[in-house]
Amino acid sequence: MSTRTLEWIVERVLLLCALLSVLTTAGIIGVLAVETFAFLRVVPVLDFLTGTEWTPLFSSQKFGVLPLIAGTMLVSAIAMVVALPMGLLSAVYLSEYAPNNLRRVVKPILEILAGVPTVVYGYFALTFVTPMLQQVFPTLSGFNALSPGLVMGLMIMPLVSSLSEDAMQAVPRGLREGSYALGATRMQTALKVVVPAAFSGITAAFILAVSRAIGETMIVAIAAGQQPRLTGNPFVPIETMTAYIVQVSLGDTPQGTIEYRTIFAVGMLLFVMTFGLNLISTWLRERFREEYA
Amino acid sequence: MNVERRRPVPASLAGVTTSRRGQSPAAFDAPVKVAVDGLNFYYGTKRALDGISIQIRSNLVTALIGPSGCGKSTFLRTLNRMNDIIPDTRVEGTVLIDDQSIYESRVDVVQLRRRVGMVFQKSNPFPKSIFENVAYGLRINGLVKTRAELEGRVEESLQQAAIWEEVKDRLQESALALSGGQQQRLCIARALAIRPEILLMDEPASALDPIATQRIEELIYELKKKYTIVIVTHNMQQAARVSDQTAFFWLGRLVEFDRTDKIFTAPAEKLTEDYVTGRCG
Repeated sequence: MSTRTLEWIVERVLLLCALLSVLTTAGIIGVLAVETFAFLRVVPVLDFLTGTEWTPLFSSQKFGVLPLIAGTMLVSAIAMVVALPMGLLSAVYLSEYAPNNLRRVVKPILEILAGVPTVVYGYFALTFVTPMLQQVFPTLSGFNALSPGLVMGLMIMPLVSSLSEDAMQAVPRGLREGSYALGATRMQTALKVVVPAAFSGITAAFILAVSRAIGETMIVAIAAGQQPRLTGNPFVPIETMTAYIVQVSLGDTPQGTIEYRTIFAVGMLLFVMTFGLNLISTWLRERFREEYA
Repeated sequence: MNVERRRPVPASLAGVTTSRRGQSPAAFDAPVKVAVDGLNFYYGTKRALDGISIQIRSNLVTALIGPSGCGKSTFLRTLNRMNDIIPDTRVEGTVLIDDQSIYESRVDVVQLRRRVGMVFQKSNPFPKSIFENVAYGLRINGLVKTRAELEGRVEESLQQAAIWEEVKDRLQESALALSGGQQQRLCIARALAIRPEILLMDEPASALDPIATQRIEELIYELKKKYTIVIVTHNMQQAARVSDQTAFFWLGRLVEFDRTDKIFTAPAEKLTEDYVTGRCG
């Protein structure tokens, strides 16, 4: 075979690989769109988005998605309360205080933490964190939003830390020197110069973290319960959008029914939310790159 | 000193120190502000400064010249302990500022840097407004009590750095929108705001065009009335124009230190002469 033929084949194979993932994504969006459309022909979109009861699997079917959104938001908010400050502070430490060799050790370890299968975190929340929290809060249900929220925060913290640290490392050394030369301490330099200068990068990290929390599935499916409930109370069982999709997928809901189509509608909503957040995050990071090119 | 081996200095440099614009003669008997004795500096095991001893006098401009990597910037940064933030470095010898050693463990580096300001080669305004750039040092050091006082000090600093007229109507705009020369003058204003006694300038004009460079040089003439200035420069003409005394560094050693006119017209060392006339380095 001539070199040119070989090159031609290699090029086509590579193109095929690239196209495969693009086509898969397009296919997923297509299926989501078609099924969602079918769902919305039965349930008016306004009822879906503003209804306060979600009981598609009961005989008195109600399709108000707000309880699922509330559950997702509640768990995500708890996770963010843990992940954002801890992630940012650990990034400040790693970027501004830690000696180089310590950073070289700690950062990969943090990133490994992000690679632990989420099902492990789920059982960690259900069988360890929840009983522990029940010692403190006796009213806490076995399934609740608090425990998976906290564990999810721990899981996402390394992501926030790593991305924020990258953003801070991209701040030119000259800015730090300028600050030190004016008699600033390390903390003043970190908080008043480096963090503001890395602001868009850090914001991008935060948004990515929120999007990760909203899409996180296993932890909440295992430890948060399966009771769609429009509440801000973290002590009682709730259900998130992702956990609902798992519940229906694992059950014996027949294809083509309205119950079955709900998971596509919820999935579409989830997709729009995380996709929007990722877009904002990418845009912010691009902007950041321009500032200190 | 070996008089015989000295060669004539080219005319292009010979007259240059006499061309200063109506300056009062420099006070070479001014009190010693910075006294350095036997200073060695190491990056890891590499020795970057070798036995530097020098006395820098008040309200004079001292220029540090020499080829790249000769240690002049490193030396400058030992005077406000800026090298402390570089890991794995070590200092030996003494540096006295107003007869106080700055490398003793009880010395507060923050206090030291407040007294010894610094302007960098690459202008480094913070990505904040023009006003906030100048206010930063005042705020973090708690030097002002009221908003009016803060605004007064910011204006005063911008005026001293000869940039007030250009920015007074746009103080809330981002400092990054200024031109390179303006950014550098803003950085000088920022350094002056906390009223240092000594101003270190690390090639402050090397990235600027000739007009912006001239403005910085004119500024240096003005500033030396109030500050002791140490300036690193690669530009011989600049050293000759702005400084009263010049120190020539070579491979981490201080080869010669004298009045600027002597260094450029009748240097004692042949190495100095070769360097200032462009025969080496």
